[in-house]
Amino acid sequence: MSAQKLESGRNSPLCDTGIVSRTWIVIPLFNEAPIIGSVIKDLLPVFPHIVCVDDGSTDTSAEAARAAGAVVVQHPVNLGQGAALQTGFEYVLQDPEASCVVTFDADGQHRVADAEAMVQRIQSGEAEVVLGSRFLDGRTRLGPMKRIVLRTAALQIRWSTGMPLTDAHNGLRAFNRQVTSNLHLTQNRMAHASELIHVLSTLKPRWTEHPVEIVYTDYSKSKGQSLLNSVNILADLLFR
Amino acid sequence: MLIVVQIVLLVVVVIFSLVLIRGGSNAKHMAIRRIMVLLFAIAAVFSIFFPTILTQLASMVGVGRGTDLMLYAFIVSFLVYMSTTHQRFRQMETTLTKLSRRIALDEAVKPWEAVLAPDERVAGPDDFRFRAKTVSEKK
Repeated sequence: MSAQKLESGRNSPLCDTGIVSRTWIVIPLFNEAPIIGSVIKDLLPVFPHIVCVDDGSTDTSAEAARAAGAVVVQHPVNLGQGAALQTGFEYVLQDPEASCVVTFDADGQHRVADAEAMVQRIQSGEAEVVLGSRFLDGRTRLGPMKRIVLRTAALQIRWSTGMPLTDAHNGLRAFNRQVTSNLHLTQNRMAHASELIHVLSTLKPRWTEHPVEIVYTDYSKSKGQSLLNSVNILADLLFR
Repeated sequence: MLIVVQIVLLVVVVIFSLVLIRGGSNAKHMAIRRIMVLLFAIAAVFSIFFPTILTQLASMVGVGRGTDLMLYAFIVSFLVYMSTTHQRFRQMETTLTKLSRRIALDEAVKPWEAVLAPDERVAGPDDFRFRAKTVSEKK
């Protein structure tokens, strides 16, 4: 039975060698019940190990994620996306076989193929950290205002950390185990993206950017952060 | 009439000082705060009985009236209050995060532990998830 399963089942040579190493997908989840099920279903054939960190959702997100086949770790109260990511990292690190961690957004704006390629670059030993960037190719279509804000944020990051990033606020990232164990995110809310880069700039791992496509569906557009949120990101950073 | 107002003010100042003195975390900070509060209380009591002293002090530092001096002192103390409250709030947030994280991680199902259990060794990864699901449903 088990042998059959291993043969016929989803044993992608990339990430799930079954016994030796595992790649975990970490999805911070907050009130995404309508879409989380399909996001997980898309991921499962490639990445069988998915943990959704439910950040105190008030809808049925946790049930939907569990039904779709993910492990759900539930914050008893809402803490923020940064806290959810850190919880996800700590959960994955408890797994002695975990070798690679990918952060993935719950609203379906990332592509599984991109994540797969990023994990491949980690496992080939090319890099310890692979950060997704929507500005490395022309696939992602962006409004001019959003483009300006994201570019400015990336420029500010480059200026303050010396890391030549093109896209600082991309939720699709891959880390190897060693780097993950050294990430201790303390910014609970949205400033964790900048904090993460600052931590990386002190850890100095071998890192690279990978071109990813952000799929702006009607759903993610309706939920997406407004431009005003960049003010919050800035304030969180200044007054920490 | 004046003596009544003076007594009321005195009571307010004493209560306020007592509230400020209670609580706090770092011993050194607490000591400094207590000294400052004590000085403030003495100054407040004196200004109640000898209001002219405050005005003299104000003209000495060059801010005109005693009430102006009080206003400036108030602004400064308010800013200090804001920053300490902000710090304490952040500390509390960190504590809450750690607590919530611990609860979340303790409650979470861990499929790899099922891998280690000898009687579960025959099952594939999907079965662990299924098993994990039933465990969580029992709760």
